Amino acid sequence: MEGKTYVRRASTASSPLWGKKRPLLIKLEMELTERCNLNCIHCYINLPAEDLKAKSRELSAVRIKEILKEAASLGCLKVRFTGGEPLLREDFEDIYIFARKLGLKVTIFTNATLIHPRFAKLWSRIPPGESIEVSVYGMTRKSYESVTRHRGSFAAFQRGLQLLLKKRIPFIVKGVILPQTLGEIGEFESWASRIPQMEAAPRYAMFFDLRGRRDGSKNKLIEKLRISAKEEAGIFSQRQDEINKDLDNFCQRFLQRPSDRLFTCGAGRNSGCVDAYGKFQMCLLLRHPETVVDLKQDSMREALNKFFPELQKRRATNLEYLARCARCFLRGLCEQCPAKSWMESGTLDSPVEYLCEIAHERGRRLGLLGDNERSWEVTEWKERVEKDRAARLWPNRSPERIRRRI
Amino acid sequence: MKKIKLSAVYKPSEDVVAREIEGELIIVPISSGIGNMEDELYTLNETGRAIWKKLDGRKSLIKIIEELSKEYTASNIELQKDAAGLLEELLKRNMIVESSRT
Repeated sequence: MEGKTYVRRASTASSPLWGKKRPLLIKLEMELTERCNLNCIHCYINLPAEDLKAKSRELSAVRIKEILKEAASLGCLKVRFTGGEPLLREDFEDIYIFARKLGLKVTIFTNATLIHPRFAKLWSRIPPGESIEVSVYGMTRKSYESVTRHRGSFAAFQRGLQLLLKKRIPFIVKGVILPQTLGEIGEFESWASRIPQMEAAPRYAMFFDLRGRRDGSKNKLIEKLRISAKEEAGIFSQRQDEINKDLDNFCQRFLQRPSDRLFTCGAGRNSGCVDAYGKFQMCLLLRHPETVVDLKQDSMREALNKFFPELQKRRATNLEYLARCARCFLRGLCEQCPAKSWMESGTLDSPVEYLCEIAHERGRRLGLLGDNERSWEVTEWKERVEKDRAARLWPNRSPERIRRRI
Repeated sequence: MKKIKLSAVYKPSEDVVAREIEGELIIVPISSGIGNMEDELYTLNETGRAIWKKLDGRKSLIKIIEELSKEYTASNIELQKDAAGLLEELLKRNMIVESSRT
């Protein structure tokens, strides 16, 4: 028999746990409901909490457990419960305990307003295994409730957070950048940096998605709330390290010839999402009817083995996309994807103007584009990326030495 | 450190879930006090896997070693050393408990 280190600590994120044999499914997202107790002005997926029609269509706890069991049998180690507001479900506790007892690590994405002592006690006794993700809609009652449109929600949010703090349950906060909160970013960051159990830097939501079901009910409002490309640049101009990281990620992952392939993000590879009604999707945002699998009729195994890989081969046919996105070298900086295209225009392969502007602004900020250039017209893009990357990697070397190096 | 007894019966703690995925035995902590770090999992080496599978809460450790000696070419002393080493680590991490024999 071998070895003397019998027990090895591992992590799904940071170590190559699987070598070449990755399980079919590693991570699952489950939208437990589309309903929410808040009514946020920017939200793409909130139905009213009291929407009984939506509630009656939601998967039962029994069905959710069957899906979790199937996921675990495929090797899944992590599940993220989201919504709507997942804690709105009366059976949340039951579903949570079931998932943990299957050996799944659980992430809960919540607005924290429904965290009561019983939940805090439960998560203290049976920790989720992953940080709880908490959305923060403002630093004051006025800003917070002008976003949530729900009186008393700021106090409820504070109570929820206090319970997490008291029980030392790890969580991370996600700020929402809206006109109401734009002036609070400094305060938010300073507050977030003092949260003892938060190890990572706070995250932000700012390029808001249009309605996930394409109902259009408040798309005009959502569009008005989106910050501009210039504003984004202004917010993050102080963060040189983040910009450098962006560029390095970009170079490592996307320094490749632009192409007409639609799916370049890895969605549906060892991961998947189940919506509130049992549709299995490659990505939580991609609800185009041609891209989802009804788990009443098909299995996740079948979808991950056959259906998703077939979808991943799809190529663009929209001429505008072919003339622009398929020739754009800034894809790594752009959030355009089939899901965003679907939400914005109802097709899988349409450029999204708003995201295109942001990617161009980011490209300019990184020195990859001139003021009036369009990325798809740049032919020597590879040289530009390599030169810029090299200059960042070796800031003290002369341009001559860098040229020789690259 | 708790001493491992060859005559004792051990079983996996209810605070962990052991899962076999793609040939790996993965131990997922589910209770407070074990593996509270985010994204923390444990895997066992080959020796560990072979022994873990026999920790059924019925067989004594000496019985497990006896069974292993029939399946592996290693000497009894080596097997005893391995089993004690593994169980010490598992006990220290609260991943197994001593079971009252049935």
